[in-house]
Amino acid sequence: MGGGEGPLFMRPDPDEFRKWIHERKAPLGSDKRMDEQEAVRKLVSPGDYIATDMYGMVRGPVSIVREIIRQRPGDLGLAGQGGMDIDLLVGSGLVKRVDCIYIGHEVFGLSNAYRRKAQGGHVVVAEWTNAALAWRFKAAAMGIPFIPTRTMLGTDTFRKSGAKSGQCPFTGETLCYLPALAPDVGVIHVHRCDKFGNAVIDGTSGMAGELARASKKLIISTERIVPESAIRKQPERTLIPHYLVDAVVEARYGAHPGEMCYEYAMDRPRVQEYLKEMETGEGEKRFFDKFIFGTKSHEDYLELVGGLKQMRKLEKACRGR
Amino acid sequence: MARLSEKNKTDPKPGDYSGTELLICLVARLMENRKTAFIGTGVPMLAASLAKKLHAPEMMAVFEFGGTDPVLDRLPLNVGGQQTFHKAISALSLSDVMEAAQRGQIELGFLGGAQIDMYGNINTTCIGEHAHPKVRLPGSGGGCDIGSLCWRTIGLLTDHNPKKLVRKVDFVTTAGYLDGPGAREKAGLPAGCGPYRVVTNLATLDYHPTTKKMRLMALNPGVSVRKVVENTGFELDAGRKVGSNEAPTAEELRVLRNEVDPTRLYI
Repeated sequence: MGGGEGPLFMRPDPDEFRKWIHERKAPLGSDKRMDEQEAVRKLVSPGDYIATDMYGMVRGPVSIVREIIRQRPGDLGLAGQGGMDIDLLVGSGLVKRVDCIYIGHEVFGLSNAYRRKAQGGHVVVAEWTNAALAWRFKAAAMGIPFIPTRTMLGTDTFRKSGAKSGQCPFTGETLCYLPALAPDVGVIHVHRCDKFGNAVIDGTSGMAGELARASKKLIISTERIVPESAIRKQPERTLIPHYLVDAVVEARYGAHPGEMCYEYAMDRPRVQEYLKEMETGEGEKRFFDKFIFGTKSHEDYLELVGGLKQMRKLEKACRGR
Repeated sequence: MARLSEKNKTDPKPGDYSGTELLICLVARLMENRKTAFIGTGVPMLAASLAKKLHAPEMMAVFEFGGTDPVLDRLPLNVGGQQTFHKAISALSLSDVMEAAQRGQIELGFLGGAQIDMYGNINTTCIGEHAHPKVRLPGSGGGCDIGSLCWRTIGLLTDHNPKKLVRKVDFVTTAGYLDGPGAREKAGLPAGCGPYRVVTNLATLDYHPTTKKMRLMALNPGVSVRKVVENTGFELDAGRKVGSNEAPTAEELRVLRNEVDPTRLYI
């Protein structure tokens, strides 16, 4: 048995997870609607490990991330898979531990807030991959302590991770054992859900299905709250059933300045402004002061970035099916 | 009539193409019809779109966040963006497509990086020490998975120089042939897969079948063997007969400029 030397921030404990789900998940049938302030106050505590579902500038729970930064729960751990959401959380200084999967902006370049924190040694970093993160969530979702896979073997990514390798009892091959990851808090932005949290995502779902099932506490932010009957009319579309969900936050345009498929396009000038500001520490501070600490709520933020008029423009720029 | 004259106006002259356009055409030519390929944003996506419009209409492009076989009529900026599943055959999840790769269903993968070494190992994690890096890069993303699980991977370098094509990468984010023949299998990676080509702004490189070391395969137009050797950070095997990459054809350039990226987002 070999092992990566990287830190393992969240030790797998299926029995503890079972107990949590049994005793601490929101009671069935409860109306989970609340505003973002209440959701973050109730569900995010100092020291928590947080995971979001986002890739680049797509369907990220950015309004919830802004609220987490406003409330400033410190000493956070983070599954670093994404773009703006992760960059902001790390930049805020609240995050001390990062499972780094991909933190960057694809064609738009490096994630500068994270880059500065990592280069300055302000965060402890373990390395993983996209598949590894999805499968770590999957292992937690399955209620098992680890999942054997064939990725990462032989690399420094493995060496700086908390994975282990071992022999397959059936084939004798060396496998990469990925430890289950059950985040304290999962945050997922969806197209629609009902007041109980039965949630539907249009388009690709990334890691949302696995993350929802792996999270101890799950915040769903949603473009729209729909009647339960709309969910029951198309039950095969429910990716996240209500029994996984602890809070439902209505956040129209919650992924802004990112895109939400079939709803609104990316706000390119705002993304460019963000990238430009993040190039320097001073710009980063300006950005935080203006867009996060300078706004009290998501509604406030939307007004600042052009209000309904701008949102309508982004809706028009978005393509149909 | 207006359409026709407009078309004539943009018809490319021989030799009239950019480095990016050449790279896109070279990568597109490596894409095979009726094969599956993992496609990232940037050059691979443009190449996939071009290949599908020319020689590989039934190539299946797979995007990491779950988009499979979209109509690539507009260029995505994110591998999770709406264009990666526009009129696609499916829009599922990251684990779904990664599991397809792990069970052997994805033929080709395309990988960029800050450094590539003589065994095709790729670094997208950090320059310098991991604990206190000189430059912190994004990390693996799906790169390490693609390099571990696809049958063949193609490396991409827009800037072929000794700092990027190095003897040993600072950090092996993604496995190439690791430290030589048999190393992938010994580590436990699936048998029979690994790096296939590296396409750069100067040349196409392949791997020696037994030593697994990178070697010069074909030169880009106007590039000498010496230039490639001088711009490579390790002793590049250039001993055998070296081929030459054809410049982009008028047809390739016309389709690339008028149909693949008409708004010139990338090119």
